[in-house]
Amino acid sequence: MQLHHLTAHQLHDMLVSKQISAEELTRAVFERIEQVEDKIRAYITLTKEQALELARQVDRARLAGEVLPTLAGIPLAVKDNMCTKGVRTTCASKILYNYTPPYDATVIEHLNQARTVMVGKTNMDEFAMGSSCENSAFFTTCNPWDNARVPGGSSGGSAAAVAAGETILALGSDTGGSIRQPASFCGVVGMKPTYGAVSRYGLVAYASSLDQIGPLARDVTDCAMMLNVICGHDPLDSTSAPYAVPDYTAFLTGDIKGVKIGVPREYLGEGIDPAVREVIQKAIETYTGLGAVVEETTLPHTEYALPAYYIIAPAEASSNLARYDGVRYGYRAAEAEDMVDMFMQTRSEGFGSEVKRRIMLGTYALSAGYYDAYYNQALKVRTLIKADFDRAFKQFDLLLGPTAPVTAFKRGEKVDDPLQMYMVDICTLAINLAGIPAISIPAGMVDKLPVGLQLIGRPFGEGDILRAAYAFEQHTDHHRMLPE
Amino acid sequence: MAQYEAVIGLEVHVELKTDTKIFCHSSTEFGADPNHHVCPVCLGLPGVLPVVNKKVVEYAIKAGLALNCRIAAFSKFDRKNYYYPDLPKNYQISQYDLPIAEHGCLEINVHGVDKRIGITRLHMEEDAGKLVHHGTISSTPFSLVDYNRTGVPLIEIVSEPDMRSADEAVAYLEKLKAIIQYTGVSDCKMQEGSLRCDANISVRPAGQAELGTKAEIKNMNSFKALHKAVSYEIQRQIKLLESGGKVVQETRTWDEARGETLSMRSKEEAHDYRYLPDPDLAPLVIDRAWVEAIKAGLPELPDARRQRLVTAYGLPEYDAMVLTSSRELADYYEECVQIYNNPKLVSNWVMGELARMMNAGGQDIQEVRISPAQLAKLLQLLAEGTISGRIARTVLEEMFNTGKDAGKVIEEQGLVQISDTGLIEKVVDEVIATNPKSVEDYRSGKEKAIGFLVGQVMKSTKGKANPGLVNELLKEKLNK
Repeated sequence: MQLHHLTAHQLHDMLVSKQISAEELTRAVFERIEQVEDKIRAYITLTKEQALELARQVDRARLAGEVLPTLAGIPLAVKDNMCTKGVRTTCASKILYNYTPPYDATVIEHLNQARTVMVGKTNMDEFAMGSSCENSAFFTTCNPWDNARVPGGSSGGSAAAVAAGETILALGSDTGGSIRQPASFCGVVGMKPTYGAVSRYGLVAYASSLDQIGPLARDVTDCAMMLNVICGHDPLDSTSAPYAVPDYTAFLTGDIKGVKIGVPREYLGEGIDPAVREVIQKAIETYTGLGAVVEETTLPHTEYALPAYYIIAPAEASSNLARYDGVRYGYRAAEAEDMVDMFMQTRSEGFGSEVKRRIMLGTYALSAGYYDAYYNQALKVRTLIKADFDRAFKQFDLLLGPTAPVTAFKRGEKVDDPLQMYMVDICTLAINLAGIPAISIPAGMVDKLPVGLQLIGRPFGEGDILRAAYAFEQHTDHHRMLPE
Repeated sequence: MAQYEAVIGLEVHVELKTDTKIFCHSSTEFGADPNHHVCPVCLGLPGVLPVVNKKVVEYAIKAGLALNCRIAAFSKFDRKNYYYPDLPKNYQISQYDLPIAEHGCLEINVHGVDKRIGITRLHMEEDAGKLVHHGTISSTPFSLVDYNRTGVPLIEIVSEPDMRSADEAVAYLEKLKAIIQYTGVSDCKMQEGSLRCDANISVRPAGQAELGTKAEIKNMNSFKALHKAVSYEIQRQIKLLESGGKVVQETRTWDEARGETLSMRSKEEAHDYRYLPDPDLAPLVIDRAWVEAIKAGLPELPDARRQRLVTAYGLPEYDAMVLTSSRELADYYEECVQIYNNPKLVSNWVMGELARMMNAGGQDIQEVRISPAQLAKLLQLLAEGTISGRIARTVLEEMFNTGKDAGKVIEEQGLVQISDTGLIEKVVDEVIATNPKSVEDYRSGKEKAIGFLVGQVMKSTKGKANPGLVNELLKEKLNK
């Protein structure tokens, strides 16, 4: 198989045994990018020269006999909402089209220390608001399985790049499903860790209490290897948890006998495409066959997750995005009359319509007289949703369901109907509100399009999730499928 | 004419004296080049996160305890949203419904009457930056912005509406300043902006329980300005009501040059700050043991010190109050007394001559070049009769200007008091001989005439003659 379609752990072995060099690998990935990027359009910025230089440094170090970290020399794509020192970071927004951060996000520092090779910054929905990448201010990314379809979002560029062989690993961020849903649509593995497991320092905030960085990869092993690098407490992030990060690859035993898996009936009910439901039913059979105990359960407040999310996330966003005013950096309207006019014109011209919609929603929800009716009420719902999961995890080790109710939809199909677009995230939103970890892994195909299986775990139960995901992967071939 | 009562509450911002800012490691140093003390966090660049400076919480608790507040066991930070270019995130991290301290009070004394003023709350927040204009804000074609002050830690202290006059408002602010200064958490310099004050003022007919409509007054940059602005605003509101008008709820600014308050914005134009809990900062869970440790480390506060000065040194209440108005002044006084145990004499000179010179030069006690030991020595020389009071004043002036020791000034200028009876007698004889008119007056019963003759002796000895001896000798000779 070609280098660009291999996994990080396979490539690691080849690098260590000097079958290939990091430079060769990086060149192979860039050749692939040149070959398909016209069709896929996964990247906003490519960093070829820098990547080749980093790869050569890794090769020199290896030749000098240095013991290198596991991911040394492995190509990596980074969603364009994580700050990279000296490399433009746009959030796929006109308002930051020219913004170059003077510092690296904490995850980038970790990945630099691990000596991964960043090949570029990937496309996304503007400020991570969206489910299809169609809200990028620059261009739309295409699904590698069917170029007429969306890759999902908001981390659509990262998911498409992994699926199309335009990178080996990628970073995404997930506020309501933004890693898992594109992973599902593109047929790759994507994980949202527990809130607080990965530092948010340097991740451009959308909704601070929900945002979490996570990996996108070809298989569960690569995903575990990335978690080993990016997880951990960060003194620069007060919300990052002080916890001992285990070796996540140690959970990849393949043995899930006796593991109790709950299937919330709400995740297989109304609104779920019957073909998707069928794929999930098959996955349940696989798990039962592997010795897991699978039972139906309930998360009764699931239907309130979407409305609660669309109060809390926009409320935080309305405040987080206030700083983009044209005063210090980024886009500034040229012809403003005075200060207030400059703010208004800059923001009117600089933000896209979905971002504006959410800023308005959030501003309204926090306004005097509406705060209790909306924001406070949403916080109460959030508490109930958390309690649903707490209750379920007293009985089950994991919960299982589809990642998305549908497979990748056609570009343009839902752009004029925000509510239809929001519904694509109904299986993922509640997990962010609860702050718990979840993974999406390839579970089958419907009409030549991938379907993702979602596994949800207890807080800091990433290991349990990976164990079950790996066992499934060992007994299925879905993750080996490649788009044409 | 109906009698009116004013109701006044103050909102005071105090800058905390930490080395670094409230949510990052940038320096808080005052007066650096513009945008010198900044980093990605205090500039609010995309992706950054705040981390609270523990020292700020400690200082806020310290100030809260000194103001008799209850310290919260659970407190959190909130975002106050409004757009202004000096605010890089376009929200200020502050505290809304769960401030660090609440329910405090302090005692004031106005015209001999003691009064307790309630303190509603004390909360922590970050300061904003500063806009710089060439010319005035309305004529300048552009604004420049300096973010050095952005993120400097502040505490806001909100009083109950317990004050009834401008005198009480000033007394409250003076006392608040003294208490905060004593704790060492702030310099409280109004000129440098480390102490800022807004006033909420309303008036109502005497005896009415219901409060009148209030106006908020901003931009008072000195105690004098506070007094003038409050007095003005009370009169403005009374006149308005008397003439059948209505007070509107609004924010007004004190115009020092015009000596009046001017409308800034009405209630309708007021911001809706859309407070929300800051999701970037974990709530603060305050350990009781920590609070107790901070409490144990509190220094003696102004009221306690005033009492001690009265009992330990036998000072009058008034002296003790003036001397304890600032920690540094009281420290200075006590150091002086420890070296030279003559409490009332030291008090007289610190509050009298020294204070006069400080006021004239606009100096604080910290800036005075005379050390407590040097002042003690001077007063010792005075009490021992080596120099007269008049000479002591001259010497003090020189010490104040040069920082030299008293002994050195006296020696350089030959100012040792003449207590040699023979020498003084010679001069007394001369003065009696050359001023027959005054001598006659005295002898005919005008005892006051002796004052003139003493003056003449002092004049011809250049003030060096021991005034007691001069008096004695003159009387002796005139009564012969």
